[in-house]
Amino acid sequence: MPTVTVNGVSVDVPEGINVVKAAELAGQEIPHYCYHPALSVAGNCRMCLIDIRAMSAKQPNPLPKLQIGCNTIVADGMVVETDNPRVEEARRGVLEFLLINHPIDCPICDQAGECKLQEYYMDYGRYHSRFALAEKQHKHKVTPVGPDIMLDQERCILCTRCVRFLEEVTGTNELCVKERGDHSELSLARGKSVDNPYATNIVDLCPVGALTSREFRFQARVWYLDSVASVCMGCSTGCNIDVHFRRDNLYRVKPRANAEVNGYWMCDAGRRTWRDNHGDHRLVASYTRRGDEFVQVDASDAVSRSATLLQGCRKVAIVASASVSMEEGYLLACIARILGAGPCIVPSPAVSEIADDGRLISTDRYPNRAGLLALGYREADALPPDVDGVVVVRCDVVGGDEAAWGAALEAMKATVVVDDRIGKAMAYADQVLAIASHFEAFGTVVNRKGRLQAFRGAVPAPGAALAGWQSLAGLLEALGGERYDTADDVFAALCAALNLGSARTHAQLASGGATLGQWAAARASTGFSDAPAASPA
Amino acid sequence: MQEQVLLHYRDLTVDLKPIDNYIADGGYRTARRVFTEVAPETVVAMVKESNLRGRGGAGFPTGLKWTFLAKNTGKPIYLLCNADESEPGTFKDRAIIENDPHQLLEGMMISAHAIGCVNAYIYIRGEFVYGAEVLKRAIAEAYEKGFLGANVFGSGRELHFHVHRGAGAYICGEETGLIESLEGKRAHPRIKPPFPAVYGVFGCPTIVNNVETLACVRHIVERGPAWFKSIGPESGPGPKLYGVSGHVRNPGVFELPMGTSLREIIEVHAGGMREGRTLKAVIPGGSSVPVLRADEIDIAMDFDSVAKAGSMLGSAGIIVMDDSTDMVAALRRIAHFYHHESCGQCTPCREGTGWLEKILIALDEGRATEDDLGKLDTVAKGMLGTTICVLSDAAAMPVRSFLEKFSEEFRTAAGRRAGAAAA
Repeated sequence: MPTVTVNGVSVDVPEGINVVKAAELAGQEIPHYCYHPALSVAGNCRMCLIDIRAMSAKQPNPLPKLQIGCNTIVADGMVVETDNPRVEEARRGVLEFLLINHPIDCPICDQAGECKLQEYYMDYGRYHSRFALAEKQHKHKVTPVGPDIMLDQERCILCTRCVRFLEEVTGTNELCVKERGDHSELSLARGKSVDNPYATNIVDLCPVGALTSREFRFQARVWYLDSVASVCMGCSTGCNIDVHFRRDNLYRVKPRANAEVNGYWMCDAGRRTWRDNHGDHRLVASYTRRGDEFVQVDASDAVSRSATLLQGCRKVAIVASASVSMEEGYLLACIARILGAGPCIVPSPAVSEIADDGRLISTDRYPNRAGLLALGYREADALPPDVDGVVVVRCDVVGGDEAAWGAALEAMKATVVVDDRIGKAMAYADQVLAIASHFEAFGTVVNRKGRLQAFRGAVPAPGAALAGWQSLAGLLEALGGERYDTADDVFAALCAALNLGSARTHAQLASGGATLGQWAAARASTGFSDAPAASPA
Repeated sequence: MQEQVLLHYRDLTVDLKPIDNYIADGGYRTARRVFTEVAPETVVAMVKESNLRGRGGAGFPTGLKWTFLAKNTGKPIYLLCNADESEPGTFKDRAIIENDPHQLLEGMMISAHAIGCVNAYIYIRGEFVYGAEVLKRAIAEAYEKGFLGANVFGSGRELHFHVHRGAGAYICGEETGLIESLEGKRAHPRIKPPFPAVYGVFGCPTIVNNVETLACVRHIVERGPAWFKSIGPESGPGPKLYGVSGHVRNPGVFELPMGTSLREIIEVHAGGMREGRTLKAVIPGGSSVPVLRADEIDIAMDFDSVAKAGSMLGSAGIIVMDDSTDMVAALRRIAHFYHHESCGQCTPCREGTGWLEKILIALDEGRATEDDLGKLDTVAKGMLGTTICVLSDAAAMPVRSFLEKFSEEFRTAAGRRAGAAAA
């Protein structure tokens, strides 16, 4: 491994990486705009200029000109300075150049607060303008370039990250640069619109406010938003995300880098999953049936009524969609055992209109099928024979073959529906338990590659809904089963059940998750060390 | 009179463009001999030995450049002839192309043989409509004779030449901009490394050489490196084309030994200044290099000497300005050119070239102050050495040198606003 010295800090770094990354490993930030680790090197912004004091152990002489860190590959014995007066003056110069034709409309710009122009200007600004306002180069401002993307040409610094993403990652080539010199501007290729399934990633990639999300713009100032690290529930890929929220409201979902799962990206469908978290379709209270009517009951009442109903059944089946969490799935399996029901049933994936695209989009639109199968669930599309009671969890089974499922549920002595939203199965329910959505509670899922990952609640569940694990733990206890007081207790139990080691906690799960195999192996070898964190390369 | 080698056509009464005339004059003898008798390594060794330095402007040793070619890549090797000649004040390559195209083709054949190239391109600037026609005709003649094609000079070797016309962008003269343009893309210069010798056109090892450089190769191989080195300074010798334009009596292209004094070029060959005028300033190597004052012209016009004098030999396009010249207006015009031609890729160049021009317009129109002079200088300074290619430097160097060498005049221009306000 080459040893590189950055601002006096020596680090061993992997072969072949560039100086921007090497500096990162040495704990030093080299400001940059156009460079992105997942895209080709463009080298056009000139912000990452650095002073190479020694090219390598073999060539220990300083280079006369400043070099760009993004296109400089490390060599053993390389000595780099990124904070000397020469470098800082160059940065100041580049920033001034970037801003002379910039509209500086931060007060109305959605990027404000997460804008690299603002951030670096705080560090390297001249703090007084030497350029006459009247002479700024004006360009088009509110230019839609796709269903969810707005372009402001004046704010664009022409780093071409978006152009490169659409060329190199999606291969769709919707955007290009036209004209030249300071007339250069981003342009849609003729007849195109940026509406591919990954389009909104260019909004994240844009280091300034040139590309903004038409959905998010003008909705919130980013500094008022909080965020939690979570996992997308949109399909079985399990892209890592950050959920941005303020108080009780969700605002947006952004991809969180994980080299093992989604790299730096996520699909637009996944970004939209938060939209239906709010609304009238949400189940906000638990109900019990009285004749043709539902009567609202409190959560503990709902749980004990459910237990009584189920205990009165001859044979119970548990049907859960593949969107229930590992915790919920484990508790359901415990409930099934106590009631003497057979294995829990998970409906097989509906024939999805969405095909695997070989990237991030999976045809299985559920996040936890692999996890449930690991917990012993069976895939089936009908109830087993002789069943007279059923628990339906996060699963609008009637939405599939309505006639068949409707008739089956109609014949039940007891139907308990556990869900975070109102669905058709409720028409047949004797008892309804309201639970939180995955944006409102804590839990884990296993993606299609067997990776165990944690999602985290951002906002409170509406009304009287409880976390899913809480409702189900209550039901388990009411049925005479074990008692679980925290999600962590459930997690530890399910880890033990899956032979992943006992007394494991969520906190031990690295932010990037770990495969079940990795966890089991970690248990076997070191007893209790954490699985390797999967940070992006 | 010095023997005219590159401009040999001037000594003749016959037209060298028809291939038979060129052959009758001794042309293609060397190429034939090289293809049938001389090993490629021998040609490379001769060019290295000659100390030929690239005539496009940078003066990089040609033989050394050839040795940088990536070996055994399994990919074809390309030779690109840079005939974009887009630097203002430069028109030397045009003289060769339009009058003696076979000299260039022969130089290219020999070079192609040396580096193992099968397909070579001549990238010619779009405005050279006539030159492109001349080259196409010359290439067609060479094919007819069997000097190009599947079996060059009966040697069994294959070689094809293609003419590709540019569309009028200055930046296509930068070798990686040229490569991008040749590939059908916007001429955005590439970041280096990798250099074209490793990753050039279509991702293959590529050598880009200037027209005059390639023409020199013919003569080096024909007459030997010792002959070449006997002309001018040993560190960068050879016959050299100087193009003189501006306020002289006899503007034109002159072939002189490398290192001829700038004074001699202007006063003797270019006929000196116009009647009643005196010399004020000279840009010695195309509009992008630092300007010299009238008292600085006693220098040898070779790469090292001009560099020592604080400027550059560049393309040896000598722009002469007499005492009627308004240096502010002249610089404004130069700045306009670079602003117009910046490709827009790198921040300092994209934004800086426009800024420089804006300040100079204000200065020229009497709307600027002394502060703007300082701004002009620091903006230009921020553009030096901070970009992918040297267009940014090309825009900044004249600005800084004009300001330094003609500071009085710029201060007077900046004072006009103060004067107008006082009046």
